[in-house]
Amino acid sequence: MTNPKSAFWTGFRDGAPFILVVAPFGLLFGVVATEAGLNLIETMSMTFLVIAGASQFTALALLQQEAPVFIVLLTALAVNLRMAMYSAALVPHLGAAPLKIRTFLAYCMVDQAFAISFKKYEEMPGMTLEQKVAYYFGAIAPIVPLWYGFSFLGAYAGAAIPPEFSLDFALPICFIALTAPMLRSFPHLVTALVSVILALALAWVPYSLGLIIAAIIAMIVGAETERRMEARTP
Amino acid sequence: MIDKTTLWIVILLLGLGTFLIRFSFLGLIGDRTLPPWVLRHLRFTAVAVMPGLIAPMIVWPAATDGALDPARLLAALAAFAIGMALRSVVGAVLGGMGTLYLLQYLLG
Repeated sequence: MTNPKSAFWTGFRDGAPFILVVAPFGLLFGVVATEAGLNLIETMSMTFLVIAGASQFTALALLQQEAPVFIVLLTALAVNLRMAMYSAALVPHLGAAPLKIRTFLAYCMVDQAFAISFKKYEEMPGMTLEQKVAYYFGAIAPIVPLWYGFSFLGAYAGAAIPPEFSLDFALPICFIALTAPMLRSFPHLVTALVSVILALALAWVPYSLGLIIAAIIAMIVGAETERRMEARTP
Repeated sequence: MIDKTTLWIVILLLGLGTFLIRFSFLGLIGDRTLPPWVLRHLRFTAVAVMPGLIAPMIVWPAATDGALDPARLLAALAAFAIGMALRSVVGAVLGGMGTLYLLQYLLG
């Protein structure tokens, strides 16, 4: 990894396995969006402007429930708040890059690309800024274009799938699939459980506000559980 | 049916808001560190929102007019079990939808 070009291809190689996650997921977003009544232009605009699968699914689900715009945005943005943490974590590595590059880096910031880039930077502290930027774009290259492409395919094919396939349920299944692997620790499990129980108990609250309340309490309970567990095991 | 004006407002503002979240530290705030308790809470946001969002869709599915549907409930549990055990997003989707189709076929 001596020059930016080889750093790019190292990143590309490390990002490539995620094609297996991104392709079916993009496809599914296209299908689910079409099921929800979005046309090709609407689906693709969302995919291009947001490129964050989980929040796109969240927005769709709440739009279908006819939640107010404010609630849709608040909830979908809450799903993306974790990326503020990514942004902060990348500052020591990429913060010195020119503004134009940082803008583009930010636009492309997806979970997988962040995870592999950050890991690489920590493992190889000797990397230059140019190499780090090249590696990041290498990691993005097999991921983001495929997200666009497969969303398009899904939107295109989605219209042809008959209702017998119960695609209404693809959305909740997608969410479960996204969430289950995130529950890697006891505090994460507690968070999910509190979120489910309170969301069901508060389903009567108007404007889908029950979900926001449930999420805030679940987040606090999860963070507090983790803090106490860490305090007990020094 | 989703209202088109609402949809476009959501698309544009969600795009902008998501970009600003991504750009926040890298672009605007710079090399300042967040207090540890904020970072800790940020790590839990996605896990706090998503389960609560799906729970009502599973317990009261719109396709059955809100009646509890054994096939959908079991399919959700299958997807969850596979996702937890294999840590695989794709595996969970395939397992969940596969279970749903199988049960719908069996329960006819």
